[in-house]
Amino acid sequence: MPIATTQPPPPSVLQSFMESIAAPIEWFGGLCLFAAQAIRECFQRPFEWTEILRQTYQIGWQSAPLIVLSGLAVGSVLSMHTRATLERFGAESMIPTALAFALVKETGPLVTGLLISGRVGAGIGAELGGMRVTEQIDALESLAVNSFHYLVATRVLACVVALPLLTVLMNFSGLLGGFFAEATISGMSFPYYFHAAFGSLAFSDFIPPTAKTMVFGFLIGTTSAYLGYNASGGAEGVGRASTQSVVLSSIFLIVVNVVLVKFIAFLFPVGGA
Amino acid sequence: MSDAITFNGVSKSFGPREVLKDISFAVPTGGAYVLLGRSGSGKSVTLKLICGLLKADAGAILVNGDDITGRDSNALAPIRKHIGFLFQSAALFDSLSVGENVAFPLRRHTNKPDGEIRDQATAILEKVGLAKEFQTMPGALSGGMRKRAGLARALAMEPAILLIDEPSAGLDPITSNEIDQLLIDLHTNQHATLVVVTHNIPSARRLATRLGFLDDGHLIAEGTPEELAHSEHDIVREFMKSQQAG
Repeated sequence: MPIATTQPPPPSVLQSFMESIAAPIEWFGGLCLFAAQAIRECFQRPFEWTEILRQTYQIGWQSAPLIVLSGLAVGSVLSMHTRATLERFGAESMIPTALAFALVKETGPLVTGLLISGRVGAGIGAELGGMRVTEQIDALESLAVNSFHYLVATRVLACVVALPLLTVLMNFSGLLGGFFAEATISGMSFPYYFHAAFGSLAFSDFIPPTAKTMVFGFLIGTTSAYLGYNASGGAEGVGRASTQSVVLSSIFLIVVNVVLVKFIAFLFPVGGA
Repeated sequence: MSDAITFNGVSKSFGPREVLKDISFAVPTGGAYVLLGRSGSGKSVTLKLICGLLKADAGAILVNGDDITGRDSNALAPIRKHIGFLFQSAALFDSLSVGENVAFPLRRHTNKPDGEIRDQATAILEKVGLAKEFQTMPGALSGGMRKRAGLARALAMEPAILLIDEPSAGLDPITSNEIDQLLIDLHTNQHATLVVVTHNIPSARRLATRLGFLDDGHLIAEGTPEELAHSEHDIVREFMKSQQAG
């Protein structure tokens, strides 16, 4: 005689929907707690100066060639586009000023953030993910070292320090790239170009957009460290952590930038964002 | 003799999978306890619980009389300084040379000058036969060498308790015997408490003063190698009959 079995009823549409949104909310909640712990650990002793300097060197100094090259390219392309527009109004003399504003206020910080989220975000995600799946993070803990303090806080701090410095480098490289393009096309002189570029810029135009990249650094550092630190599933998990680090930190950066631009415009109505 | 490690009714689950179910045992100070069991029976989880790398869901774990249950990383640090852990994969830090791996805990937890730390690291590496590999990066080592380097790092702080996960897994019998001999010497000369997880019965017989057998999350048998060889459980007797290494 066959035995009657009772199967659980299929989940309702509402139940499926709730389950599908619960996981991302849980993930985001985890990220927020991780970020809060990163802030707390950054201010706790012992300060890992050697590791912070090593990470700042790797994240900052070793990204410098990428930033300089990209800055030169972005500056020259921006200059050519700006010329094409301003030429119509006979305002070619405004090109250095327009370029300086575009670079310093938005293009420089955003492009730097996106480039670093690609280079450094992937690196942190892969490095910490690799350490997690090969038990190196457990090994650190077994040696009486707080792995979060040693690995995460140092990298987040290094990102926060490096981003503004790299943004300044990007701005100068961009202006230099713009100058090369202008000098080639119109023969504009170096003193005139830089006098025009910097003459109209105030500190309030420069400081807030550059300072906001500290937030970008924090986003890149925490997002990629969170994904790497919690990676699982062997080599595939490390690859996933690395890819998601780039994608998610870039998305967060772009979205938060909108909020920051509005916030800076509110705080500094004349110069500002 | 007091107990170095005590498990009182410890349970641990990963999601719906219950890995350890109400486990209780004690390892006396200076004892050599070997945990046996089939793959996935919770042996490595037990080691990680002793070191506080995993948190128990229920029960209490005492290390040298201190209850470590629920302690965070900072609160565990003073206890972990007296524990050495050899991971199954050795878990050497990829970015540091073999010598710097061994020197790492000394740099973190002592105020000794650099020269003295290097000398001490070299002496420990010599003990495991790797003195010439001080500058070698972990990626360039063979499996057996990695294991010995991992053991050297675990020994750096002269721990009172040594946790060893699968010392002979993936190693040839000669290297496996060498590592066993190192552990026996350490146990005899430094009176360190050993907790070893292994599948290798000959190795377990050599090392253990007492064995425990985990099956399906329960500690089903405990005793000397001879007692386990005559256990009431078929699986334990079967296991103990095995002469196969690893």
